[in-house]
Formats: sequence, structure tokens, C-alpha cells
Amino acid sequence: MATMVQAIRMALHVGESRLGVTDIFGEDVGPPLGGVFTATQGLKTAWNSPLDERGIVGMAIGLALAGRKPVAEIQFCDYAFNTVDLLKIAGNTYWSSAGDWNVPMVLMTPVGAGIRGSIYHSHSFDAQATRIPGWKIVMPSNPRDAYGLLLSAIVDPNPVFFLKPKALLRAKARPGEEIPGEPGDDKALSKMIDAPLGDRSKWQPEWPKLDDLFIPIGEARTARAGQHVTVLTYGRNVPMALAAADELAREESVEVEVIDLRSLHPYDWTAIKASVKKTHRVLCLNEDTEITNFGEHLVRRIVEELFYELWAPPALLAGAHVPGIGLADNLEHASVPTKDKVKQALKDLAKQVP
Amino acid sequence: MSTSFETSSSSATPGGSGAKELAPDLALKIHDLMLKARVLEDRLITMYRQGDGYFWIGGPGEEAFNVPLGLLVDKGQGIQHDYLHLHYRSSATLLALGADPVDSLRQMKNTATDPYSRGRNFAGHYSARKWNVAPISSPIEVQYSIAPGTALAQRAAGSKGITIVQGGDAGTAEGDFATCLVWSSRKGTELPILIIVTNNKYGISTPYEGQHGEVRISDRGKAFGMQTATIDGNDVESAYWGLKKAIDYVRTERKPYLLEAMVSRLNGHSSASGANFVKDELDCLASWEKKLEERKLKTRAEMDEMRAKYTQELLEASKRVREEPQPAGESIWDHVFAAKNHVAGEG
Ligand SMILES: Cc1ncc(C[n+]2csc(CCOP(=O)(O)OP(=O)(O)O)c2C)c(N)n1
Repeated sequence: MATMVQAIRMALHVGESRLGVTDIFGEDVGPPLGGVFTATQGLKTAWNSPLDERGIVGMAIGLALAGRKPVAEIQFCDYAFNTVDLLKIAGNTYWSSAGDWNVPMVLMTPVGAGIRGSIYHSHSFDAQATRIPGWKIVMPSNPRDAYGLLLSAIVDPNPVFFLKPKALLRAKARPGEEIPGEPGDDKALSKMIDAPLGDRSKWQPEWPKLDDLFIPIGEARTARAGQHVTVLTYGRNVPMALAAADELAREESVEVEVIDLRSLHPYDWTAIKASVKKTHRVLCLNEDTEITNFGEHLVRRIVEELFYELWAPPALLAGAHVPGIGLADNLEHASVPTKDKVKQALKDLAKQVP
Repeated sequence: MSTSFETSSSSATPGGSGAKELAPDLALKIHDLMLKARVLEDRLITMYRQGDGYFWIGGPGEEAFNVPLGLLVDKGQGIQHDYLHLHYRSSATLLALGADPVDSLRQMKNTATDPYSRGRNFAGHYSARKWNVAPISSPIEVQYSIAPGTALAQRAAGSKGITIVQGGDAGTAEGDFATCLVWSSRKGTELPILIIVTNNKYGISTPYEGQHGEVRISDRGKAFGMQTATIDGNDVESAYWGLKKAIDYVRTERKPYLLEAMVSRLNGHSSASGANFVKDELDCLASWEKKLEERKLKTRAEMDEMRAKYTQELLEASKRVREEPQPAGESIWDHVFAAKNHVAGEG
């Protein structure tokens, strides 16, 4: 089964072969490398841009305005901060022109900790992205969702952020996370679509016959059902929440419901509401820094609209509000949620009764 | 200010007053549009002063350049036509493209009828997809990062259209200007883009010398192997021929060209600095009118009459616009997300 990075590559292949993608570009995105995480290997419209994030975002906006369908990449989200006003423009052009011009672009960027990336390769961008109206924002937690969300992002007529959880890019898919059409055998797939080491000048990928899968933007997924506590999370923290939930079920007979939001904007309030009404306890979990965190928004709305459903104060478990993620293991673990912290937070919530 | 500048177009535009004479029809057409544009800006300033708007910024002093620009553009919608990434002093270009001056009043008055932004954006912040005018936005120079995108799309489509991007001199300090030079001139991927800097020698109050070490902004293009020129943007003929040469070059060679046009800023930076007429700057409209008189193409009296007529028309229009509806508060939720890809021709 495909890894997430292979899933992304296959989605981009589908994008450029039948969904109208015209340009896949960014730093080192084209041959020979095909992206520092190999997400763009073997794609026919992939090309290398200058090392200029503002130029990348500006180029994507311009291409989109001219009716093309660009998928641009910021190599690490840590380097997207110098593009914020251009991101604002991508988000406000449709509104400020009162519907005259839309900006159909996809911007993908790897986010988060987990690869020992230290201060400049471990940042999160989810809270930042949700601060820029006019964008749709998706973040998958497994290969199948990565594939399906990326296809939806590509056909969407608006700017869409596709946030790639770095720590999961090479993780193995779990049962149920297959991509329709992929060969079941990992080695066979790798042979078909992973570029060989060394000379790649003659290499051509052999794409499997992939089917469409459009996971709608704005629709969450119940990754695990449970009746005692809800976790609202996305990206890298989904498998972590699932692992914590499984342990809690075994050890404490606490059944945790894990809601994988998949889309941060628009987000699935219907699913959130239903789950909170069922469990009456909620933890918002993500690894962006905790002050003015997207999870805080969810907590606020839950308090305002579902206050009388709650049996415990809604909680946020997020990254520490420190300027960076340290390189040493202990420093990284101390800065972002870990399975143990998630477990503890869920246990504390589950204990509470009004 | 001196009216003669080095230009690479030595034969067609020897610079300043020696530029090749325009045919009478065109000379008069340009005058008509310049005058309309000036009267429009005067009306907008008056509206602002009378409380019929919150902020004014516009292009008095740039008409001699901006009108020819609008006339030389291959106007239309989509990839086969020119794309324009303008800035907030471009009202004369819009008029030359065929815009209704009353629509500018509507944007000043932020009415629901403002076709450019429906009451959402400042004066002079145009958007016209029917003419490939990309939305003008306030952050200085971002258009220089965006324009290479439409130019690359044109290159890829084998279009005859070109991309034209325009901004001010102070804004060339922003990284977006360097972005434009870099992305437009990559070897083997040169873009059909005309990069214009209208140099009025000021930021808001920061003089040219306060920010620039380079003698000519256009010189910066030379490092990228670009054709460049600095022209007198206050002289209609220098501007017209300088622009024509640059546009023809980009259109046929499909390569970038950096054009710096020296212009006046007749009413200061914006309403933020009072918008009063600055007497010691050259007035391109006055000098063009003088030329037309000398060439016996129009009399002073005729031109005064035209001015009075346009002034009266816009005064009346401003009264009508005052009665037009304001956007409803709930309309903030309109156009947050598109349901269709309009720019690709859907819907
Ligand atoms: C990114 C950004 N910084 C600051 C401003 C405020 N501002 C508006 S106009 C201006 C000066 C622009 O000067 P120039 O680029 O020479 O253009 P001009 O207005 O003279 O045509 C400034 C600093 C802005 N709009 N955008």
C-alpha cells in the first residue's frame, strides 16, 4: 500500500493527466530530485522554481488568474511566513473583486515536527493558515485521504492549502487506507513510481490505473468511535490519538472517539456537534503553538454553542508557545503533543463528571 | 525636471521634445482622455473633501504616460490578450481602455454599484476581468510577483498577448521587484512581460535619493540581460513611442523589457498628504495642450470648453452616484468562495 508521499504523487499524476493541472512547481520540485520529500517525482508538469517563496506564491496566483491550474509547493512551511501578504491576496482576490476573479490554485507544504527538523523545519502552519480567510485548508492523516483531498483541492475553484504532515509522509498505510487502483504490493508499487537512486535521466514512472476519489473538503471522518471523550484533531496527531485511544480502552475502559477533521476550513461543525453531544467531553489536539491556536477557536465555539452538553471543560492540547522546536529528542518531545500527553489529557477529561 | 532621458530607442524617440509627432487624430484622442482623466481625479478629490468617500489616491500627473498605455494594450479577456497588473494611479489607463468614469465615482462613494469591488476597496483599485485588468491591491509591489504568472501562462499557451506590470519607484525596494526580474529572465524561460516603473521621485514623502543608490531604476534590468529604457513619461510623444517600442519588442521577441517612465505627482501622494496641487511639478496636460495649440489642433477656448463640459458632467454624475445604494452589511458574505472556476471559463 502506498505511503502518503506516494499517494500525493499519484494524486498529482491524476491531476495533471485528467483534472487539468498545468504546473507543479516549487524549489527542487522538478527533475532530477522531484521534491525534497519525493512528492513530485516523475510528474510531467513538474519544474524547478527559483529559490523565492514570494515568487512561488505570486507565480501561482498569476497562473491561476490566467486560467491555468497550478499546484505550487513551499518546501517547508517554515518558509511560508515571508509570503503571508501574497497568501492574503490569494485569499481576498475573489472577495475584493466582488466575484470578478477567482484564484484556483493549490499550495502544498510540509508541516510539523517529527523528523528532527529543529527550529526551521518543524514549524506548523495550521493556525496561521486558518487566519487567512478565503482559503480552504486541508490536512490528511493517511494516504487515502491525502489522495482524495488533493484531488478535491485540485478541482476546487479557490485557493486551497494542502498541508502535508511531514512525520507521516513515509508512514505505512493501514487497512482501509488504500488508494483506489493502487497495486496491493508495496514493492511492486515502489518499482513503478519511485525514481531509482543515481542516474534518473532515462527513468519514466509507470503509473497504476488509478480511480477517482474525491474526499469532499469540509467533511470530517470518524477515525474511531467511542462514547466517553471526543478528540478533534488532524494530520500527524490522528494516529497518535488512535494509539492513545486503543491503550485507554484496554487499560482504563475509556472509549475515545477520534474525529479526524481533514479540513480545517471549512470545518465540519455538524460532525463536531454530533460527537460532542454524544461524549460530552472534548479535547482539541494539534501541534501548532498553543496561543491563538485553531483548536482554541473550536473550544470557543463549543463553549458558546454546546455549553449545556458539556460534562467537562473543553481542553486544548497543543504545542508549547516557545519560539522553536529544539533538535534534541527531549526538546522536541517537550514542545509538541506526544502519545503520553494525549493519553493523560484524555484520562483527565474522561474522569470528570458534572 | 529635465525632459531628456537616455533611451535605447534613439531613432524613434530621441527623448523629450524631439519625439516623433503623433498623427493629429491620435494626438487629439490622447488629449481627450487625458483631460477626462484629470477632471475625473479632480472630481474624486472633491468628493473626498466633501465627505463622499474616505480616501483618495490616483494619477494626476501620470496621464501622458497612462493614456498611451491604455491605448496600446491589446484589450480583451483571457490568455490571447494582454494582462494588466496596474497600481492605484491607473485611472487614466482604465479610461483609455474604455472604462466609464462614473464607475470610479462609484468606487469612491463605495456604492453597491461600484463594478470594481462593490464598495469593498479604495478609490483607484480597479478590477476588470473583461479586459484582463487583475485586481489592484494596496500592498506595494505585490503585482510584480504575480505578473510573471500570467506571462508564463501566455508563454505556455503560445499566446500573442503580453503581460504588463506597473508600479512606483519607491516600491522597487520591495523584494517583489527583484522577484519579477528573476522570474522573467530565466534562461530558456524568458517571459513576455513589460515591467514598468513610473518614477515620480517619491515614496509618500521619501525622496528618490533617500532610498536609491542606483542612478536609473531601469539599469537594474541590465544585470538580467533585459532591454531597458528610461523615458520622459510627462511628454505624450516620448511616452507613446517609448511604450510602443517596448510593447512591440515584448510582443514580437517574447522577452522581458524594463521601462522606467519619469512622471510628475501633481497632487501629492494621496488624501493622506492633502491632495493639493503641487505647482512646481511639470503638468503633462498643460504642456500637451500647449503643443496642441502650437500645432493648431485645438484652441485654448475649445479645450477650456471641453474641460468645463466634462467637469459639469462629472459633477452631475457625482450627485446621481450619491443617491445610489450602499452595499448591505450582509453582503460581506458574498464572494468568499467561488463555486465555479470563472477564470478558466466556467460559469
Ligand atoms: C507593502 C506596503 N508598505 C507600505 C505601504 C504604504 N504606502 C502606500 S503608498 C506608499 C509609497 C509608494 O511609493 P511608490 O512605490 O514610489 O509609488 P507612488 O505612490 O509614488 O506611485 C507607501 C509606503 C503600502 N501600501 N504597502
